[in-house]
Amino acid sequence: MTEYLTLSMVLFTIGAAGVLVRRNAIVVFMCIELMLNATNLAFVTFSRQHGTLDGQVAAFFVMVVAAAEVVVGLAIIVSIYRTRRTTSVDDASLLKL
Amino acid sequence: MTAFWILAPLMVIAALGLVFAKKAVHGALCLAVVMISLAVLYAVQEAPFLFAVQIIVYTGAIMMLFLFVLMLVGVESNDSMRETIRGQRAAALVVTLLFGVLAVTGIAQTVTGTARGFGDEPNVEGLAALLFGPYVLAFELTSALLITAALAAMVLAHRERLSTRPTQATLSQQRMRDYAESGKHPGNPPTPGVFARHNAVDTPALLPDGTPMEESISASLVARGQRRSGPPPVEPIAPAGGTPTDDDVDEVSKQLEGGSTDD
Repeated sequence: MTEYLTLSMVLFTIGAAGVLVRRNAIVVFMCIELMLNATNLAFVTFSRQHGTLDGQVAAFFVMVVAAAEVVVGLAIIVSIYRTRRTTSVDDASLLKL
Repeated sequence: MTAFWILAPLMVIAALGLVFAKKAVHGALCLAVVMISLAVLYAVQEAPFLFAVQIIVYTGAIMMLFLFVLMLVGVESNDSMRETIRGQRAAALVVTLLFGVLAVTGIAQTVTGTARGFGDEPNVEGLAALLFGPYVLAFELTSALLITAALAAMVLAHRERLSTRPTQATLSQQRMRDYAESGKHPGNPPTPGVFARHNAVDTPALLPDGTPMEESISASLVARGQRRSGPPPVEPIAPAGGTPTDDDVDEVSKQLEGGSTDD
């Protein structure tokens, strides 16, 4: 089972790197999805290791929350794109000092 | 473990592709590869329900949503590779490497011994007993969350029309005003390919003086770098004696009035 957890952690790290490095808001969002998927893999692995289904229920709830998050996030990105004609996270900086 | 060792390198490569892909669409396809491979890994790990949900919800719904938004936002939104904070990329790399080492050596080593597995316990029935038993409150709350999210998306994506819609009459008056003020041509612009060598949409139309008209092709094609170069601009045909001057005009008009001067 260590292999599955290692893969999960590697995918999570790659997703975190993408969030830090990329500028396009949609790509940043996809990297967050990658991190969520990686945690799901860890949940399923722990569930099988312990022989209880609670981990799979947790993974299911993560999927539901991710679906809601994607809907709202993409709507925000579309509305930002409408007003600023860009999806770069650097350009949406009106709140900074 | 065969499926794991086949899929794990593919998934890591696809995840790296998501981070390094220059175009967001390529990144989305890489992410789809990761998600489908994850679904197979769920199936291997005795989670057939999550296998189906992963395919339907993630690759079916969420990835399609991403692709739709990518199509809406368009190709002009390519990621700029310019660093806005100096040293940010290197610092991010160092921090990520440190985090990766910590996560792999720390969290990934927490499991020892063989997996207990589920034995003969049915997967879907067991999940249903959990969801509608101890987790029923959380399950009901997710329904509230989903409805709130759907409403939020509708509110965010809705656009109120603040001014009245321009009618055909006002548009035509505006065109005439533009022509009077800046000389902008009031008629239809030529479609791509007019008088050009190709009539394809990526070939700019040629104006009467032989120069290509850039506005006649779609801005998306220009942004993608797919504009087909038209023929080189034609030099205006110069008269033999250099550029015409007022004297030449006088001479010609004299010729026209007084007949031929050669004899």
